[in-house]
Amino acid sequence: MSGYFSEILTGGKSLLVGLGVTFKAMLQPVVTVQYPREKTDVTSSNYRGHIELVRNPETGSFKCIACGLCAKACPSECITVKSEKREGVKGKVLTVFQLDFTKCSLCGSCVEACNKGAIRFSQDYNIAGFTKEEFHYDLLKRLEEMG
Amino acid sequence: MKSETNTQQNQSFTLNMGPQHPSTHGVLQVILEMDGEYVLDPQPVLGYIHRMHEKMGESRPCRKFLPNTGRMDYVCALPFNHGYVGLIERAAGIEVPPRAEYIRVITSELNRVASHLLWLGAFLLDLGAFTPIMYSFDDREQILDILEEITGSRLTYCYFRPGGVYQDISDKFIEGTRAFIKRMRSRFSIYEKLVATNIIFIKRAEGVGVISPDMARRYGVTGPLLRGSGISYDIRKQEPYSVYSDFDFDVPVGENGDSLDRYKVRVQEMEQSLRIIEQALDKLPEGPYLGKAPKKIKLPPGDSSFSVEAARGELAYYLVGDGSEIPYRLKIRVPSYSNLSVLPELGRGILLADLVTIMGSFDLVIPEIDR
Repeated sequence: MSGYFSEILTGGKSLLVGLGVTFKAMLQPVVTVQYPREKTDVTSSNYRGHIELVRNPETGSFKCIACGLCAKACPSECITVKSEKREGVKGKVLTVFQLDFTKCSLCGSCVEACNKGAIRFSQDYNIAGFTKEEFHYDLLKRLEEMG
Repeated sequence: MKSETNTQQNQSFTLNMGPQHPSTHGVLQVILEMDGEYVLDPQPVLGYIHRMHEKMGESRPCRKFLPNTGRMDYVCALPFNHGYVGLIERAAGIEVPPRAEYIRVITSELNRVASHLLWLGAFLLDLGAFTPIMYSFDDREQILDILEEITGSRLTYCYFRPGGVYQDISDKFIEGTRAFIKRMRSRFSIYEKLVATNIIFIKRAEGVGVISPDMARRYGVTGPLLRGSGISYDIRKQEPYSVYSDFDFDVPVGENGDSLDRYKVRVQEMEQSLRIIEQALDKLPEGPYLGKAPKKIKLPPGDSSFSVEAARGELAYYLVGDGSEIPYRLKIRVPSYSNLSVLPELGRGILLADLVTIMGSFDLVIPEIDR
C-alpha cells in the first residue's frame, strides 16, 4: 500500500516539474512565426534558391558567354543553354538560358563550374505552383524583367 | 458455447501498421501477427521509397552523385556527404587541407545534434508527449539557421566536395555556433526535467525493447542502439577518420539496452558533440578550404571503402573503380537497415504500444533503409 502512495507522490512531483518548465516557457518571448500571415526574410546571403543570371555592370546585359560548362556540370541535366553567332560580336551570344527547376537539387555545381561568375543563387524561397511548367524558368527573360 | 468463445479468443489476426502510420516515420509497413493486444510476429516490409541510389551512383561520374548522398538520410545529410567524399578522396588519392577537415567535423557534428534533437521530439511524440517536440525544434531551428549560413540549404545539404568544402566558414558562423553551444548546454536541464525524470516516460521506456549485447552483435546493430546495449563502439574512436583523433570526447554507453538507455545515450552524445565542436573551433587552422582536386576524377582500378559514424550508426561506402570516371560498383551500408533487422526478434510477444516505443527509439529514417 505504501508503494501505491509513494508512486502517486513521485508521479505528481514529476508532473509539477514538467509543468514548471512549460510555465517558464510561457513567459518567454514567442519563437514561432505564423507563416502565411507573417513572413521571415532569408537570413543568409548564401541561401541557395534557384539560379539566376548575373548582370554585367558595364554593358547592362548578362555576363554569360554561353560556354555551357554549367549545363555539363549539372547532375540532373536541368540547364539548357543555346547561343548564336552574331556579326560584329566576338564569340557566341546567349539566346536561351532555361532552368528546369523541377529537376534541380540545388547542389551548386553549376555556380561552381562557371568561370565568369555569370550565375548565382537567387534568394527566392517562397515559391509554389499548380503546374510543372511554372517551374521551367526562362532566366534570360527573368533578367530582362528585373530591369 | 464456451469452447467456441475460447477458440475465438485464441485466433490470431493480421494488422497492417503503416505505410501511412505516423510512428513509422515515413513509408515503412510492418505486418503484425496479433493475438489481441500482443504482437506475435512483426515483419517489416521495405522498398516503398526505393530510388535506386546505388545504381545512380554507378551510372554517372562520381562528382555528380554528391547531391544524392544528402537525400538518402535527409535528417543527417552531412555525414552522408562526408562518407562519400571521403571515399572518393581515398580512391583517387586526393589530399584535403586541414581547415577543410575541421570545417567538416564542425558541420557534421552540428548536423548530428540536429538529428538527435529531431529524434528526441519525434520519439516523445510517438509516446504521446507533445510538448518536447516544441522545445527540440526550437533548438534544431538554431542549428538549421547556422548551417544555412554556410551551406545554403536547411535540410538536404550538398556542402562537401572532393578535396574540401564548397565555401569557407564566416565569422558569423563561428559566433553563431559558439552562441548555440552555450544555449544548448543550458537546455539539457529542460529536457532532463521535462522528459528524463517524467514518470510516464520512464514507465513506458524502461525495460522495453531490451537488446542484449549478444543480440546486437548477431544482427550487426550499430550506433546509439549498440552503445545503448553497453558495447562501446564508435567509428570516430575505433578507426578515426578525418581529424577526429585530435579531439577529446567520450563514447557514452548504456547498461541495460532498453529504450530508456537509448534515450540517455543519444542525449549524452549531443553533449559530446558539443565538446567536439568547441574543441574544433578553438583549434581551427588557417589555410585553404578547398584543396586541389581534378575536375574529372578518374577512379583507379581496385576497391576502396570508407566508414563514418552517422547519427544512426555506422555508414560505410564501398566502391569498385575501373579506371574511368564512373564507379563500376557502389555499395552503401546504411545504419538503419541493420538496426531495423532486430525488430522481428525484438517485437515478439510484446504489447502493440511497446512496439511503437521500440520503433521510436530506433530512430529510423526510411529513405535511408530503402535507398
